[in-house]
Amino acid sequence: MGNEQLKEPDFNVRFEYRRKKSKEEMRFQLISFMLMIFLTILAFIAVGSNHFPPKFVIPFLLLLASVQVGFQLYYFMHASEKGHTFPMTFMYSAILVAFVTVLVFMTIIWW
Amino acid sequence: MSTVASKKGIGAFIWEYLTTVDHKKIAHLYLAAGGFFFLLGGLEAMFIRIQLMKPQNDFISEQLFNEVMTMHGTTMIFLAAMPLLFAYMNAVVPLQIGARDVAFPFMNALGFWLFFLGGIFLNLSWFLGGAPDAGWTSYASLSMRSEGHGIDFYLLGVQISGFGTLMSGINFLATIINMRAPGMSFMRMPMFTWTTFVASSLILLAFPPLTISVFLLMFDRLFGSKFFDVAMGGNTIIWEHFFWIFGHPEVYILILPAFGIFSEIVPTFSRKRLFGYSSMVFATILIGFLGFMVWAHHMFTTGLGNVANAIFAVATMAIAVPTGIKIFNWLFTMWGGNIKITVPMLWALGFIPSFVIGGVTGIMQAVAPLDYQLHDTYFIVAHFHYVIVGGVVFALFAAAHFYWPKMFGTQLSEKLGYWTFIFFFPGFHLTFFVQHFLGLMGMPRRVATFLPGQGLDAGNYISSIGAFLMFIGVVLLLINIVVTSVKNKKVANDPWGDGRTMEWALPSPPPYYNFKQTPLVRGLDTWWLEKMEGNKELPPAEPLKDIHMPNNSILPFIISSGLFIAAFGAMYSPLNVVGDGKPWGVPVLILGLGIMFGTMLLRSLLDDYGYYIPKEDLVDDEGKGGRAG
Repeated sequence: MGNEQLKEPDFNVRFEYRRKKSKEEMRFQLISFMLMIFLTILAFIAVGSNHFPPKFVIPFLLLLASVQVGFQLYYFMHASEKGHTFPMTFMYSAILVAFVTVLVFMTIIWW
Repeated sequence: MSTVASKKGIGAFIWEYLTTVDHKKIAHLYLAAGGFFFLLGGLEAMFIRIQLMKPQNDFISEQLFNEVMTMHGTTMIFLAAMPLLFAYMNAVVPLQIGARDVAFPFMNALGFWLFFLGGIFLNLSWFLGGAPDAGWTSYASLSMRSEGHGIDFYLLGVQISGFGTLMSGINFLATIINMRAPGMSFMRMPMFTWTTFVASSLILLAFPPLTISVFLLMFDRLFGSKFFDVAMGGNTIIWEHFFWIFGHPEVYILILPAFGIFSEIVPTFSRKRLFGYSSMVFATILIGFLGFMVWAHHMFTTGLGNVANAIFAVATMAIAVPTGIKIFNWLFTMWGGNIKITVPMLWALGFIPSFVIGGVTGIMQAVAPLDYQLHDTYFIVAHFHYVIVGGVVFALFAAAHFYWPKMFGTQLSEKLGYWTFIFFFPGFHLTFFVQHFLGLMGMPRRVATFLPGQGLDAGNYISSIGAFLMFIGVVLLLINIVVTSVKNKKVANDPWGDGRTMEWALPSPPPYYNFKQTPLVRGLDTWWLEKMEGNKELPPAEPLKDIHMPNNSILPFIISSGLFIAAFGAMYSPLNVVGDGKPWGVPVLILGLGIMFGTMLLRSLLDDYGYYIPKEDLVDDEGKGGRAG
């Protein structure tokens, strides 16, 4: 019977914890969502304004793109949470393999 | 509801196998289908060797030779070697990690039926106007000009069976990551499970490039696109790159599970734990990664330039290091062990020197300047047959004898097994060793005939004699299988007496739910550990409770048939380069895809919760071979 007495506060504590956690997550999601829109606007400006040379625009876009991928993975797909070790390991291995392949094509094969 | 064969009609038997989602039965299907294609590919190899037995032979015409040679390679790689490895993976891996089935039983069945119908589609080309004739690599510059529908059969067949392979690979990844029994940490996993895991990750990363490139070529040939047409601004070399970005990992997909099989057999019959387990794991993963960085060594002569050739040469040689680690580990496992020579062990002993020869010629080809001499000669043919036959096929034969008891409950005759080895092993070396010298003397590969008086006569004759010896070896194996099945003498759980991993704790064959209670794993070589402590079974990790099982389903077969029908529609598309498009082409394509997607929708909408085996039934099974194990 002692269990039942314990259950009530336990449930409340967990509920409170979940609520706080969800609130926090929601805030992060909104912030990163706004940041992503902001980065997208920057990207459009960089290309559309015609003020910047391609030598600057291309690396800049690549940089923005990698930040966007990070936001997507870690804030929207919850990659940092528990139980995502394997998907992330595989994803990074695949990114490494694909990156090396493209790099090889860009540097030494496609002359 | 039992895997132990009971007397029932042939119709019920076929229906059971058409609908099964049990990994052990899917293993039987893979073994039967892969074995069938292995015999087809072997027959094609015999035709090649008969044609090349003497100079200017006219046993088969040049065109037919091209078709036979192409189909031999394609069949052996895609339809024989890989499915046969999948057979052993399906049969053994869930048992080795203490699981009741793979993670996605339905997808497992779907993977098999896609592979099988893709293979059937490919082989239907023999009856429908000629087989593919551009080699198993199907280089775009050649295959775009091929007349008739052969190449289309290749593209559609390889694509469909490739989908199946990709699914099976993902399935094994999910299974090994999620379904290990309590205590089965990664560094306690048996080597065969480890190599299956790494090979599955290679499938996951290597098959998408194949899918894409086959799609591109398919669109070029069937729907009028111009990806590989140089005259229209396309690029024909990109096919070679795509193909080998897939193709090189593919050979590791084949050889790694073979390494895993030998890593199980060598410690079992040396009665000694595997030497350097952690270095074996490390070497396997390293080979997996390096396998993606070396594809251009197949293309040294396409004119990549010195820098690319040098870098790929060095990367290729680097693979010799982890492979060497493995070879030494097997030798050190045997060193000081109490070796028992059985048929599987005999194949393992034959494998080590044969594979080392193949590895050495591989390093020779990695030297780019030398490769200019060796490229497209019989030296290459000799090399890859030494690694694929001497590595993969030996492993398949070894595993057939080693795991037969676990798959079928009977033991293949050791005596006939020795005779298979006595014919096959010398036959293999006779066939392929002499081909090194034929290649060095300048005999190009893939030629339908050669002229007399060029010093090639004797070598080719010897090579063909060896092929006949191999043929006899395979026939003896078939006789062995028939004799063993007719005798049907059942064996106990650990027929070799020295089993080390968990599958040997289960009855042969295991009950359909595998483990009555999920076992607790207390260390590497789990079953050996318990035996040494005097235990008769594995300690359970859970109380006896109801077991949740998946229902059988015909849907995987219907989904695959839909794709099979769609392939015919695509081939006779009005836009195809052969120019014999039919008005029914597109409707049939849409019909086939409709059947496929409709069935997939049905699967998603109909909830199938499976069923439970009640606890009471499990208690009843006591003493009937259904022990907790």
